[in-house]
Amino acid sequence: MYDRALFEPLTLEEKLDAEVVSSSRSYWRDVWLRLKSDKLAAFGLIVILMILMLAIFGPMISPYEYDAQDFMISNEPPNFSHWFGTDMFGRDLFVRVLYGARISLAVGFLASFISLFIGVIYGGISGFAGGRLDEVMMRIVDVIYSVPMMIYVILLMVVVGPGLKSIFITLGISYWAPMARIVRAEVMRLKNEEFILAAKVLGASSRRILLRHLIPNAMGPVLVTLTFSIPGAIFTEAFLSFVGLGVSAPMASWGVLCNDAVGSLAVYPYQLFFPAAAISITILAFNFLGDGLRDALDPRMRK
Amino acid sequence: MNIRKYIFRRVISSLLTLFIVITLTFFMMRAIPGGPFTDEKAIPSFVLEKMMSRYNLNDNLFVQYGRYLLNVLCLDLGPSYRYEGMTVNELIAGSFPVSFMVGGIALILALVVGIPAGIISALKRGQWQDRLAMILATLGVTVPSFVIAAALVYLFAWRWGIVTVGFWEGISTAVLPALTLAGYPAAFISRLVRSGMLEILQQDYIRTAYAKGLSERAVIYIHALKNAIIPVITYLGPLTAGILTGSFVVEQVFGVPGLGSFFVTSITNRDYTTIMGVTIFYSALLVLFNLIADLCLAVVDPRIKLR
Repeated sequence: MYDRALFEPLTLEEKLDAEVVSSSRSYWRDVWLRLKSDKLAAFGLIVILMILMLAIFGPMISPYEYDAQDFMISNEPPNFSHWFGTDMFGRDLFVRVLYGARISLAVGFLASFISLFIGVIYGGISGFAGGRLDEVMMRIVDVIYSVPMMIYVILLMVVVGPGLKSIFITLGISYWAPMARIVRAEVMRLKNEEFILAAKVLGASSRRILLRHLIPNAMGPVLVTLTFSIPGAIFTEAFLSFVGLGVSAPMASWGVLCNDAVGSLAVYPYQLFFPAAAISITILAFNFLGDGLRDALDPRMRK
Repeated sequence: MNIRKYIFRRVISSLLTLFIVITLTFFMMRAIPGGPFTDEKAIPSFVLEKMMSRYNLNDNLFVQYGRYLLNVLCLDLGPSYRYEGMTVNELIAGSFPVSFMVGGIALILALVVGIPAGIISALKRGQWQDRLAMILATLGVTVPSFVIAAALVYLFAWRWGIVTVGFWEGISTAVLPALTLAGYPAAFISRLVRSGMLEILQQDYIRTAYAKGLSERAVIYIHALKNAIIPVITYLGPLTAGILTGSFVVEQVFGVPGLGSFFVTSITNRDYTTIMGVTIFYSALLVLFNLIADLCLAVVDPRIKLR
């Protein structure tokens, strides 16, 4: 035997020090770290957060109202009291662009969430059920794919009438097909994995397996699609407003602001520049974030 | 499955898509509250009655639907509700050639600019040529077409006075709208070609081609490009759709008397038969292009499984 006096028991700290295992990082923490280190994606995220802040608090802080008309100062170029100048009714363009951000972003987020909801449920059921049902459901998606969506959005807008609410609904129920395809593919891939088998063995119902096990695990690609569908919705709303099917005055989205400015473009080009720049910067930021997120979720995809 | 059977199946499914499109359009238009003749000024009821029976709007909905379907089958899109004595066919025939020209130029421009830009930026990966092309491509997909249109009008027409805008003089006035329309697809194509090229240049068969002693030019333009171009062919369908829908605003901004601006006018006029007719026409065009793209793909790439 050995002489106990020669040895000293380790303290708890020393014991822990000896462990060479690093703390385990969850998948989403990994993704977050990769995303943070991607310069463009981080830039996109910061820009989006800044625009969100400006949209929420900007109109509150600004001394001007978005619909306050003052014909004494109509069509003023950008200056110190009106940073972006004023429009033909003498409304401050800066606060109008900020206010437009609220509407455009609300359209982007809400419409995308509606289409996310429909797409996830549809794709989830299709992928999980498989067989005949899946075949039929995917044929329907194929048909939707081969239809010029913009024309149908315009038609739907004609049917339900212009307005903010109809834009949410119309865009939401029109653009869910890509989401459905992606969720279906993910569910098909996941449903043969062992953890699903385990859930089945434990007696979980189909509904529970789909909602608690399959869909949460398919969230990665869904998130990427979301970052691309939000700017898509903003784009489409701007387009609809430009055609005259958008929100009604005195409310103004970025698209409406652009549309208003085109008439007087020859004389007051700055009136188009600011809302157009706002749209472009936002879409750019979402694109950067989406690209970064895709790489962060699946580093093998990085090119 | 052999190719003839594949073509047959694709044609059938295209026709089915068109049928669904027509049905959807018909019932959507009928779901609009207020009839097609609802106006700010009330129409005397006997006039309304006359008009309703003139356009057979008093029949059972399904009878109307059946009749419309039959008419479309005979390529007759019916009379316009707003343009007196004109049929939708005549209206489309009058304005589509203009859109076709502008769209065609845009399509060619997008391919001619997009593909070489993609190749160059893949070959010069990370160098300034690649950076420049990708910055331009990113701008191309982020700036809305109506902004590009307005900017071009401002610069070329108002600032420099090089071109006139607002009236149509054929091909010379088609250049700017075509340029605007080509922006997004050109950007998208160059990104597709770039990523395709980058992937393919790393494959074994490219190394084999070099090892055989082929020149760089032959390897890139014959061996690599053939595979890198495949995503572009798949994109042909959505590309046409993009150019079509882009034409709505672009034609309005530039004052091009094409089908796009006409469609927008018919929306504001609530000219229901025209809206229906043009929608069906556009969908048919898109379905056709999708079909062509799929068939081209099946011919070009024998690895594609003929489903």
